[in-house]
Amino acid sequence: MSNWITVCRQEDLSPSTGLCALHQGEQVAIFFCGQTSDLYAVSNYDPIGEANVLSRGLMGSLGDAVVVASPLYKQHFNLKTGECLEDPEHKLKTYPIRLESGEVQLQAA
Amino acid sequence: MSKQRVVVVGNGMVGHKFIDNLVNDTDADQYEIVTFSEEPRLAYDRVQLSSYFSGATAEDLAMTDEGYYNDKGVNFVLNDKVSELNTTENYVVTESGRKESYDKLVLATGSFPFVPPIPGNDQEHCLVYRTIEDLEAISASAKQSKVGVVVGGGLLGLEAANALKAAGLETHVVEFAPRLMAVQLDEGGGTLLRRKIEDLGVNVHTEKATSEIVAGETCRYRMNFADGSHLETDMILFSAGIRPQDELARQFDLEIGERGGIVVNDNCQTNVDNVYAIGECALWEGRIYGLVAPGYTMAKVAVSHITGGADQFKGADMSTKLKLLGVDVASIGDAHGNTPGAQSYTYNDEIEQVYKRLIVSEDGKKVLGAVLVGDVEAYGNLLQLMLNDMDLPENPAGLILPAGDGEAAAGLGVDALPDSAVICSCYDVTKGDLQKAVAEGATDMGGIKAATEASTGCGGCAALAKQVLDSELANLGYEVKNDICEHFAYSRQELADIVRIKKIKTFDELLESHGQGLGCEVCKPAVGSILASFWNDYVLEDAHIGLQDTNDIFLGNMQKDGTYSIVPRVAGGEITPDKLIVLGEVAKEFDLYTKVTGGQRIDLFGAQLHELPIIWKKLVDAGFETGHAYGKSLRTVKSCVGSTWCRYGVNDSVGFAINLEDRYKGLRSPHKIKFAVSGCTRECAEAQCKDIGVIATENGWNLYVCGNGGMRPRHGDLFATDLDDETLIKYVDRVLMFYIRTADRLQRTSVWLENLEGGLDYLKEVVIDDKLGLGEELEAEMEASLGNYQCEWKTTIENPEKLKRFQHFINTKEGDDSLAYVVERGQRRPATKEERIQSVELVD
Repeated sequence: MSNWITVCRQEDLSPSTGLCALHQGEQVAIFFCGQTSDLYAVSNYDPIGEANVLSRGLMGSLGDAVVVASPLYKQHFNLKTGECLEDPEHKLKTYPIRLESGEVQLQAA
Repeated sequence: MSKQRVVVVGNGMVGHKFIDNLVNDTDADQYEIVTFSEEPRLAYDRVQLSSYFSGATAEDLAMTDEGYYNDKGVNFVLNDKVSELNTTENYVVTESGRKESYDKLVLATGSFPFVPPIPGNDQEHCLVYRTIEDLEAISASAKQSKVGVVVGGGLLGLEAANALKAAGLETHVVEFAPRLMAVQLDEGGGTLLRRKIEDLGVNVHTEKATSEIVAGETCRYRMNFADGSHLETDMILFSAGIRPQDELARQFDLEIGERGGIVVNDNCQTNVDNVYAIGECALWEGRIYGLVAPGYTMAKVAVSHITGGADQFKGADMSTKLKLLGVDVASIGDAHGNTPGAQSYTYNDEIEQVYKRLIVSEDGKKVLGAVLVGDVEAYGNLLQLMLNDMDLPENPAGLILPAGDGEAAAGLGVDALPDSAVICSCYDVTKGDLQKAVAEGATDMGGIKAATEASTGCGGCAALAKQVLDSELANLGYEVKNDICEHFAYSRQELADIVRIKKIKTFDELLESHGQGLGCEVCKPAVGSILASFWNDYVLEDAHIGLQDTNDIFLGNMQKDGTYSIVPRVAGGEITPDKLIVLGEVAKEFDLYTKVTGGQRIDLFGAQLHELPIIWKKLVDAGFETGHAYGKSLRTVKSCVGSTWCRYGVNDSVGFAINLEDRYKGLRSPHKIKFAVSGCTRECAEAQCKDIGVIATENGWNLYVCGNGGMRPRHGDLFATDLDDETLIKYVDRVLMFYIRTADRLQRTSVWLENLEGGLDYLKEVVIDDKLGLGEELEAEMEASLGNYQCEWKTTIENPEKLKRFQHFINTKEGDDSLAYVVERGQRRPATKEERIQSVELVD
């Protein structure tokens, strides 16, 4: 069984930018791809810059990977796996996310 | 072991070069250096002397400064001439009585101007042209004169004529020989040069021997010539050649050549083993070398010999390429075809005023020499063919003929050059040196210049050096590819052209028509910047918001903990007390760390995302605008207080700075742009280290371009002098738009100029002479972009939809609870990791 918690509405999303939601006490960065309409959710904490900023990074692609570049020092994190492309020992926590009747939902732990 | 004492007599270009080479040698710490100059300043660039009259200062011409010598432990004595030399006891004595012993003595005493023995040549307004003091005297004399004559139509004489012309005098050149530059040019070249110079308003009189200088009737003096004619003038400049300054050596029994010059061997040693002579005072195999490049080579050889190296002086090529009174002139090798059996090809275009003559060997296989006037593009190729004794291509005439439609000028591939080929003769940089620099990571002209100094002297080798660079990159398997990233197979310049010409308004449109993938943090901000430069739409529009980099996307500068700093615009650095109080009150209310910036504004740190709109509402209401401190855009126009208050100011630098800042604010560009305006030559606003620097003169403004402070400082280049406000703005419009069109992403104007083919001269041609016919178009583009200016913060706080993004969480009003601060010197700053762990007196 799974519980989904609504964090915002679809119209709150701007294409190809991120936003941050507080989800069960954790800061989660949510990204919406304008071209594919895919949603991604990873931890907002940048383990290299050591600040809660990843939702404010630039979204894009490198090869086949959809990534966010940290706004602090520009390392790339794979939005699907959370892995840092430059330094794979850093891996972001990822969160299941879905769009349900116009609502953006994260899965409860 | 005690250090060896090296005494250098003379601190001109060559003396300085010797010192510079020695102090940068690996064994530098084994030498103690003392240098004497009879002039009041350290070495300066005599080659560029005439630029003094177009606004360059003694400082601009300086090749070193006292700080550098102090750092390197070089002892220097100015204003004191060495007058005695004792080669048995190894010491020198100066005019002031200072005695200095030496282990090695280096004579770099240079030369002095030859003044023909004409009765009346010693009058007050009869001057010479060699030192900065001479220039000051010329300048003073010119102010009291209407007509000036230069005696001597050689290279230096024509430089001097340029100086008189720049000073606004009716200028004449009097030459004894039948043509100008008789040493370097043949008859055809000399004739065309004369015609071009006369077209510029300089009067040329050849085959004139001056017999006496007497009081004039219409002017101060009259020059009577041997042929019975005469010429009236207010001042006379003698520039009839140089003589080696060998007085000291002559008096104290060093070997001197029959016609002067200190005799040296291949090691640059005189007949006394531990005494060297280098530069224009030295005579090698019966020859004096009156150019700076051979002098530099001698300096290098002397350093090598002293430090135990094996370099030798084996003569030098006297080929030369230069611009005289704006006319391009070059002479290579045996320009007169004196070699037995020499044959030649001549191209003479009287319409376009281009003359080229190529002198080849009897068998037609080798280049012996060449003369080029009006178009010197072939110089690099021809010189290399000669220096490297290479075979001519099948149709040698092609080397000097203009290229036909669609067909490249015949040249030689740089690949054909041997590695030992000297590409830059000013700094003795070979093709091999350039290859090494590329192998070690230089991938553009800026990198090549930094690594080798090639092209940083006269700049004559820039085109050739670029060819070597490109060819070497290709050889190393670099595809010389300027693609901005994997999403666009175009350079930034090409993308800018596409956006501009196809009038593309959004990233998605560009990606769909010219790119692939989703884009990335390289191409998105670059395209965002290009779109903003040309169309200047609101950067937080839905179509643009995803393109904005870290700072632009929230219109603030992100700091290390994810909070922002706020910098309102303070145009020209002028601010009223009331506005200052508003800044103080806002900073106090939000507990913002406050610091004055280098650009004369005030930076408020530590604002959280949700606080930004509240703070900006207060600032906008108080009459502030965004300062674009977050953008790759115009930042500040710094100014000194100028003539309104300053006792020395000659113009209102603050007022003009405010005008410029108001005009160009909001202009987005490949990188940030900074201006400064100084109210007089004391230059308190430090305008010469800005992208655009403006300095007031008695007659208007001098404009400097492409300076930089920061990581790789660069003095701006003097671009134009004595401009009025409108002309200056026209030039700045053109320079900046041309930069926006053609620069690489994140390329400052300084690096852009260094990599621009043709460099400063080309930029002047585009902007001042409008060579590409782009001038009005560039101005119109600038007008259109500036016409769309808006204060982005005002637009944002008036738009509730946009404000939704300015909160840390989308689903709660809370802030980021992980932020932590400590108080230091009365203000808060982010806590360090250790402080967080120890929880030392953190504040909220």
